[in-house]
Amino acid sequence: MAVVDVLERLGYEVDFPERQTCCGQPAFNTGFRDEARAVADHFLRVFDQADYVIVPSGSCCSMVAHHFAELYEADPAALEKARRIEHRVYEFSRFLTEVARVDDVGARFPHKVTYHDSCHALRELGVKHGPRRLLSNVRGLTLAEMDKAEECCGFGGTFSVKFDGVSGGMAATKIDSIHRTGADYVVSIDSSCLMQLQGALLRRGSPVKAIHLAEVLAAR
Amino acid sequence: MNPLPARKLNEALSNPKLQLAIYDSTGRLMDKRRAAIEPVPDFQDLRAQANAVKAHTIDNLDFYLEQLEANVVSNGGKVIWCRDGDEAVRFVRELCREKGVRRIVKSKSMTTEEIELNHEVEKDGIEVVETDLGEYILQLAHEKPYHIVAPALHKTRYDVADIFTERLGVEREEVIEKQTMIARRVLREKFVTADLGITGANFLVADSGAVVVVENEGNARLSSSAPRIQVAVAGIEKLIPRAQDLATFLKVLGRSATGQPLTVYTSFLSGPRRPGEIDGPEEFYLVLLDNGRTKVLEDKTKRQSLYCIRCGACLNHCPVYRKIGGHNYPWVYSGPIGAILSPQFHGVTEDPWLPYASSLCGACGEVCPVKIEIPKILLALRAEVTRAKAREGTGKWERLAFRAFAFVMTRPKLYELATFAAALLFPGGAGEWLKSAPLGIRSGPLGGWVSQRDLPPPAPKAFRQLWRERQARKDRSGNR
Amino acid sequence: MSREYILHKVRTALGRNAGQAAPAPPPVRIRIPDAAVEERIGQFCSALEKLNGKPYRASSMEDARAYAETLLAGRRAIASNAPFLAACGITSLPGVASGLTDRLALREACIQYELGITCADYALADTGTLVLFSSPEEARMISLLPPAHLAVVPRERLLTGLDELLSLLPVPSLRSSSMVFITGPSRTADIEQILVRGVHGPGEIHVVLV
Repeated sequence: MAVVDVLERLGYEVDFPERQTCCGQPAFNTGFRDEARAVADHFLRVFDQADYVIVPSGSCCSMVAHHFAELYEADPAALEKARRIEHRVYEFSRFLTEVARVDDVGARFPHKVTYHDSCHALRELGVKHGPRRLLSNVRGLTLAEMDKAEECCGFGGTFSVKFDGVSGGMAATKIDSIHRTGADYVVSIDSSCLMQLQGALLRRGSPVKAIHLAEVLAAR
Repeated sequence: MNPLPARKLNEALSNPKLQLAIYDSTGRLMDKRRAAIEPVPDFQDLRAQANAVKAHTIDNLDFYLEQLEANVVSNGGKVIWCRDGDEAVRFVRELCREKGVRRIVKSKSMTTEEIELNHEVEKDGIEVVETDLGEYILQLAHEKPYHIVAPALHKTRYDVADIFTERLGVEREEVIEKQTMIARRVLREKFVTADLGITGANFLVADSGAVVVVENEGNARLSSSAPRIQVAVAGIEKLIPRAQDLATFLKVLGRSATGQPLTVYTSFLSGPRRPGEIDGPEEFYLVLLDNGRTKVLEDKTKRQSLYCIRCGACLNHCPVYRKIGGHNYPWVYSGPIGAILSPQFHGVTEDPWLPYASSLCGACGEVCPVKIEIPKILLALRAEVTRAKAREGTGKWERLAFRAFAFVMTRPKLYELATFAAALLFPGGAGEWLKSAPLGIRSGPLGGWVSQRDLPPPAPKAFRQLWRERQARKDRSGNR
Repeated sequence: MSREYILHKVRTALGRNAGQAAPAPPPVRIRIPDAAVEERIGQFCSALEKLNGKPYRASSMEDARAYAETLLAGRRAIASNAPFLAACGITSLPGVASGLTDRLALREACIQYELGITCADYALADTGTLVLFSSPEEARMISLLPPAHLAVVPRERLLTGLDELLSLLPVPSLRSSSMVFITGPSRTADIEQILVRGVHGPGEIHVVLV
């Protein structure tokens, strides 16, 4: 809901098509391309008319923007549809910095935070400085960079289930980095990362909370 | 099919000494790379060029193979084409028999590890000595390399002291510099008495008929120059068209591997010694190895796996490799490159879990000097695994689960019902439920997931519900 | 025959025919910076120093000889047959053997003596690299077996870098069976990533630019 708040404050008309379900990434990443395609078909139908599709998750956004084309390689008509939506689908922070062209949304969040670079957003969408700029303009907020900010949190979808030991180990390394900053919050633009980090933080008994960038930007 | 090697994986994770060694060493190599790239403003251009040249070469490989052969021959060398490891091994064994070879010195070559050359040749009573320090230590310890560039990453000085005392009979020495000098002394004697030297090749240069070998120690130079016969073993994919392409490749190789603009020695070797030259080998053989590379060549998307110049950067940056180390991979090539090569060489059903042992973070592709799209290939391999499993009739539950996933996700009403039901079933968060669940479920895959983390309780109200309430408020205020 | 078998498999995989020409490759990427001799010398020296090599700028051939004499300090050295070394008077220094053309005798000297002295065909400024071709004048072993290596190089041979070298010599194999780039002392970090110099190759590198 924070995403909606921020966007509406900036004057955008926000719609949440209730028929939406998923981008299909879990199936695609596990190697079930037919199933992924079926879900992608549904996504394309639901969002066909939107000017912009805002996605509060780097991995989902990158699925639509980069991998739909792979799914539809063999189907020119569907590929056309997928290509059209590629340009209209935006990860939340990129929409703010590149379309809305704002660095400051008038937020207030008087806490020490650290930022986690989600892999898909960083490497497939080029999202790195935008969120940091947005955070730097939040009143009262102190941004403390963690070392290894760009290291993977270890979620990786079914990876966290199939290779839980390694996944947990990767999360543990991130938690150590987070703790070293002394921050009270770790911020990210990807809900999967947040779930992974929060889970590991709770397991460690850490008071640090994992929150989405939108929640910080919506705070007053 | 090999099942998930859960036991071995956990071993590396719960051995803190080893864990630290892997993590720290790779971290240092990452830093070195970054420092070496910073002063090179057009590094990304170099990567693009390296990728373009490799793509062109691989796409026209037969042409360049023939050009290479012609030039090696005109330089006085011989080219031995080998379909597989067995043929290559047979050639070396026959050559040794013919020339009366008793001792071989070898410099580091992953390709020779791939075909297990040492093991086979030793059967004829020939002494094969690994001369790269790390490889030498491992040879004494009877172990396989841990990392493409730093083979003895996992050994401490105390391990080395044990190995040297036991296998060389020397007095125990724990100072690293002194240990190195012991190896130097022992290996020097081997170099000057060896009959044959075997090297690998970082690059095969088509227009020159040359083999390029990069190193820091000097053992490749010695292995290729001291004995009277030189054999270079290389996969057919090591080709580059022109010597001038080295201006690109050498720049990206050293920096990506160890953070060095150039390694200490770069040897450009084209055949036996020429008339008038004082030293160098009298005979030169280039063994060109297929061993499955032509199979990889067949797939247009995955063919780029052959661009690899064996720098090891992907290993150093991979959070999974950094946690589990090289011995947890099924083949001599480990890390991300190993994860895409092994299934292509051996078939996806050999180790079906391997393409899944990645969180798809993309760090590998980001640092690869020849821009191999490793995550993309991992995803393609995963699709092949599921197809293979469907054909074999295994993995039914997972297939069913994702059919159900697609079924629900294409029917919004059903999706809402499912999320609603989930919220009802796990009011305290899925973690709570699973903790009190029957043992069967806790020890399954979900159990593992939960053992690593506590799930936060889901939000008191689902987003959809909040959205509807919000819309309703808007309508009401609009109508007033 | 395996050759035909492999080539056939390659062609089938690529959809190419025997005897089919290849399209033009991407043009080579050669960028040669503009740098005057002084700048090159400065670059070379600082690059070599970073690697723990010892550069020295000799003001003349006599100066080079004097440096070599000091470096020798009573040790025995084996020098190559490069004319430039003789011209500098280095080969006539006490303790320096040279003029060997027999492979085994030369190798024996390289094993026994503490210093190897060579010239260099080229040097590369940006990386502090020596470029040596194997020839009747320069044997491979001299810069490899002794624990220390001294290279005496006329400064005209100092190029800006690899790009310039490869544009001067696009096909190095035409010249010799062996071209080697030497960039600093031999080293390894194979044990615990701790740096040790002088494994196999010389642990001490001196370069005199004349």
